[in-house]
Amino acid sequence: MNSNTDFTLAIEDLTVSFDGFKAVDSLNFYLDQNELHVVIGPNGAGKTTVLDLICGKTKSTSGSIKFLNEELTKMSEHEIVRAGVGRKFQTPSIYENLTVLENLEISYPYGRTVAGSLMFKRSSEVLEKINQTASEIMLQDDLDTEAGLLSHGQKQWLEIGMLLIQDPQLLMLDEPVAGMSVKEREQTAELLNKISKGRSVLVIEHDMEFVERIAHKVTVLHQGKILAAGNMEEVQNDPKVIEVYLGH
Amino acid sequence: MNFVYEKMMGGKKGLTGFLILATLILVIFPLFLDIFRLNLVGKYLTYAFPAVSLVLLWGYGGILSLGQGVFFGLGGYGMAMFLKLEASSVENTKIQSTPGIPDFMDWNQLTSLPWFWEPFNSLTLTILAILILPAAFAYIIGAAMFKRRVGGVYFAIITQVIAVILTILIVGQQGYTGGINGITDLRTLNGWDITTDSAKYIFYFINVALLLGVILLSRLILTSKFGSLLLAIRDKEDRVRFSGYDVSNFKIFIFCFSALISSIGGAMFTLQVGFMSPSFVGIVPSIEMVIFAAVGGRMSLIGAVYGTLLINFGKTAFSESFPELWLFLMGGLFISVVMFFPNGLAGLWDDYGHYITDRFSKSKKTKEDSPEIVEKKSDESAA
Repeated sequence: MNSNTDFTLAIEDLTVSFDGFKAVDSLNFYLDQNELHVVIGPNGAGKTTVLDLICGKTKSTSGSIKFLNEELTKMSEHEIVRAGVGRKFQTPSIYENLTVLENLEISYPYGRTVAGSLMFKRSSEVLEKINQTASEIMLQDDLDTEAGLLSHGQKQWLEIGMLLIQDPQLLMLDEPVAGMSVKEREQTAELLNKISKGRSVLVIEHDMEFVERIAHKVTVLHQGKILAAGNMEEVQNDPKVIEVYLGH
Repeated sequence: MNFVYEKMMGGKKGLTGFLILATLILVIFPLFLDIFRLNLVGKYLTYAFPAVSLVLLWGYGGILSLGQGVFFGLGGYGMAMFLKLEASSVENTKIQSTPGIPDFMDWNQLTSLPWFWEPFNSLTLTILAILILPAAFAYIIGAAMFKRRVGGVYFAIITQVIAVILTILIVGQQGYTGGINGITDLRTLNGWDITTDSAKYIFYFINVALLLGVILLSRLILTSKFGSLLLAIRDKEDRVRFSGYDVSNFKIFIFCFSALISSIGGAMFTLQVGFMSPSFVGIVPSIEMVIFAAVGGRMSLIGAVYGTLLINFGKTAFSESFPELWLFLMGGLFISVVMFFPNGLAGLWDDYGHYITDRFSKSKKTKEDSPEIVEKKSDESAA
C-alpha cells in the first residue's frame, strides 16, 4: 500500500487486459481537488475503460485506484458511489418512464436500502434539494415531464443532475456534449464550470472547442497509455499529440 | 386518511377500479352464482394471487419468473399436509397396517411419519410454514441468481427448471408426497367440515378478503420509492447500480414477496378445492399464471384479477365443448396480447373505457392517465 496523498484521485500502475489485450497499460494519473480534468484521445485509447475501472464496472488486472485515500479496486459499484464517486454514461442513461422529479428523487442519496426505500418520505427537505438541483441543470420547469420526452441535451443535463444531487466528490462525465446543439454546448460548459467548484470533475470529450472552454488540465490517452498531459496549449502543440490525434 | 386514500387506493381512479372489482367479487358473484359456480370462481381467484405477484415481479420489476407455480404449490402442499394429517387420525385409518399416517404413506410401506411432516400437525406452524417457507426458498434462489447478476431469459429458464425439478420430486417421492395423485381426501380443518356449503362460502370470502388485501399492500409498495426503483431497475439497471443501490437486494425482496403472495393463493386453493396435486406446480400452471397477468395487463394489479377470471371462464367454457382446441386458443390469445394489446385488458380499458364511463356519467370528463401514472402522481400530492 502506498502512502496517503492530497489528491482526490490517485491511479497508480493501473492495468487491465482483456484476453491479453491491454486496454489500459500501467497508467498513472492524479486528480487534484477542485480540478476539472479532460481526457481526450482517439477511439479505442481506453478512455471509457478508465472510467469503468474507477467506478467498478470493470475490474482491474493490477494496480491501484485511490479515491480520497480509499482503495476502490476492491469495492463493489454501489459502495464506490456511496463513497462519493458519480459517473455519467456516454449515452444518456435516465429513467425514461419516470418524471424528471422522480428521476432526481431516486438519485437522492437517502433510502438506499430496501427498507429505506419502502419507508422513504418525500419531505420538504427532499423537494427543496430536488428543486435546487433542477434549477442548476435548467430543468426547473420540467419537473413533472416524463423524462423520455426531454430533448437529447436535456436528458444529458438530467443525468448530470442525478449525479449532482448526490453531491459527489468526484464527478465523471463520458462525452457530456455529444449530440448537443451549439447553444446547449455553451450552457453545458457554463454548467460544468459552475459544478466543478468544491469537487473534482473528470470529463471525456472529443469536441476540442468545448474542451478548450472547460479544461483546467488535459490528458491525452493513446493505446492505454498517457501520451501527453498539461494545459490545453501545451497539449495542442505537442508533436506526438498532433501525430496521433489532432491531425496535421 | 389521506395517506390511505392516495397511497393504497391510488387516488380517485385507483379507488374506482378497486371498488368495482370488490363489488363484483364480494357482492355480485355471491348473489348471482350458486355455490358450485361460486366455488369455481373462488378457485380461479386463488390463481389471481400468483398473477398479481407477477405484475409486481414481471410488470414492474422486469423479472420474468416462469416458476410461480412452485410457490403456489408450496403453499398449497403446506395446507394440504395439515389437512391430510387431520384426516388421517388413528380412528379414520385403523384398517391400515400403520394407523395414524396418511393413506398414501401406508400404501408405500412407510411405517412412521417422516420428520418434515411433524410440524404440520399444528395449524399455527402450518400457517407459518405457508408464509415463510416459499419466501425463504425464493430468497435462496434470488440470492444465488441476482447476486451473480443472472437475469432476463436465463432467470426465466432457471425458474422453469426449478418448477420441473419440484414436480419430478413430488411425483417420484410418492410415499412422502402422495405422488402424481397429490394429497387428496381432505375433510376437516380443526374438526370443522370443509366440504359443506357454508364452509365453501366462508372460504370464498376469506379468499376475496385476502386477495383485496394483497392488492392494497402491493399498491402501497408500488407507490413508495421502492416502486419507482423497481421501474428504474427494469429500464436502466446500471444507472440504479451507479446511483448507489445494491440492485440485487431489491430484486430479491420483490421475488420473495411474490413468492409469499403466490403461496397464500396456493393455500386458499387447497382449502376451497379440497386437494393438491403436482399438476398445479409445474411448467404449465406457471406459464398459465404469466398469461393471466399478461392478458390482464402486466402493469395492472386489478387487471391481473380480471385476466385470471376471463381466461379461466374461457377455459371452462371452451374445454367443455372443444377440449383439444383450448390450448391452441390460449396460445393464440397470448400471442395476440403480446402483439396487439401489450397492456392487456387494463390497457384496453384505459384506451376505450372512457366511452363506457362517459355513457354512464353525463359529465364531460377528459381522458385520464393510465392507472400506473395516476399511482405515481398520487404520491406527489400526498407529500
